[in-house]
Amino acid sequence: MNDFSQAFSLSLDLIFSLDARLAEIVLLSLRVSLSAVLIATLIGLPLGAALATLRFPGRRTVNAFLSSLMGLPPVVVGLVVYLLLSRSGPMGSLGLLFTPTAMIIAQSLLITPIIASLARQVSEDLWGEYRDQLTSLGCEPLRAVPTILWDGRYRLTTAVLAGFGRATAEVGAVMIVGGNIDHVTRVMTTTIALETSKGNLSLALALGMILITLSLTINVATFMIRDQVKGESL
Amino acid sequence: MIMKINRFFAYLLATLLVLNTNIAFAADRYIVVASTTSTENSGLFSYILPIFTEKSGIEVRVVAKGTGKAIRMAQDGDADVLFVHHKPSEEKFVTEGYGLQRFDVMYNDFILVGPDSDPAGVAGNSDITAAFKQIADKEALFASRGDDSGTHKKEQGLWKKAGVDYEAASGKWYRATGQGMGATLNAAVAMGAYALSDRATWIAFKNKGDFSIVSEGSPLLFNQYGVILVNPEKHPHVKAEEGQAFIDWVLSKEGQDAIASFKLEGEQLFFTNAQ
Repeated sequence: MNDFSQAFSLSLDLIFSLDARLAEIVLLSLRVSLSAVLIATLIGLPLGAALATLRFPGRRTVNAFLSSLMGLPPVVVGLVVYLLLSRSGPMGSLGLLFTPTAMIIAQSLLITPIIASLARQVSEDLWGEYRDQLTSLGCEPLRAVPTILWDGRYRLTTAVLAGFGRATAEVGAVMIVGGNIDHVTRVMTTTIALETSKGNLSLALALGMILITLSLTINVATFMIRDQVKGESL
Repeated sequence: MIMKINRFFAYLLATLLVLNTNIAFAADRYIVVASTTSTENSGLFSYILPIFTEKSGIEVRVVAKGTGKAIRMAQDGDADVLFVHHKPSEEKFVTEGYGLQRFDVMYNDFILVGPDSDPAGVAGNSDITAAFKQIADKEALFASRGDDSGTHKKEQGLWKKAGVDYEAASGKWYRATGQGMGATLNAAVAMGAYALSDRATWIAFKNKGDFSIVSEGSPLLFNQYGVILVNPEKHPHVKAEEGQAFIDWVLSKEGQDAIASFKLEGEQLFFTNAQ
């Protein structure tokens, strides 16, 4: 296919010419998605571990609900955040619509359930192992949360990376709340959508290849760092 | 252990702050313009806006949507200036008090594009109503925007003039994509369907395949663009001063010259007609 080979050489051209426009878009993508992952991690990991340790009525329902939120459609999240942040919405006075902050909010909402839900599963396994020991020492379930998170840190990397993958890949939410404004809220996925709609299929595909490469690099780097640290600590 | 976890979370928080330090220092001399995909996708804005920003120090942030969505955005107060192409809706916007005053800025025209095989036999027919009628009679595929945009409203008007009940044919030969002009052209080319497009988007479009213009030149295909400042009395946060500066510039000789000098593939895309 001509489009594919053309896209491939185009993507190499873009990367090696250090295209300034591309760099700007890539950096914004990273800034938005990394910020969203950090927020989702700060909330999701403790929440997941707490849900694994606590026993309360309706726990199953909460867990099922959280799991189903992993499949939240980005456009719906985008629309909800749009309506909240619109000048006519309840949080309109903040003036956040069409800013990177709005995009970070939307992506955080999208991926917090993913990280929390996966963290809950990892934590549940660990809690199963520690429970008797910790409770016999008179430890409250919630006090076990830091222990669980610390001991599960290597396995939890996967949860965080799953959230990051979802954040960098989605286009629906950032398109709606960011507005795809040139130099302000244009990220990789919205650029790909825009170039596709302009009929620049090779350029769109080239950008897609760069996005995948970027994502791959971050994943591989994370696993390498993790294994390095893990090796040292053993 | 608790210390370590706390420290880990503290690092996360610190990274988050570092990543976003520049948010607080973002330029505040900017306006948001709600506009259409045709003005953005054709490259007009990336050509003229730097000239205006250079002169005024005001950054212009364009959110490109179909005219219907752009108007909705402006009504909600999410834009300072409205720059679209459907005069009746624009006038309604002003009458209802959402906008101050509407000005003509520029025009071009709509065109009917279709595959070279021309299944409806409309190529070269400059009577657009007859061409639409013929497409319906032959039940040749037609790709519609279906997104309440200026182009979609124009197309609906043409079907009415041709006396065709296009809604009854939806899903059969009439295919509503619900997407922007470029995405609809992509779909049309892939399906071999006719489509109504503004000329600017068509010229800038890179995936034409075996498609070309089959009908053009009818006075019915006139496409007027207008600009309106969102009423600051409805939405007090509207940057009226900056927005007005942008409108004044677009209507000035300098702005009009900039629009007229924008060319793509050697063709002028927008013709100015500010009063």
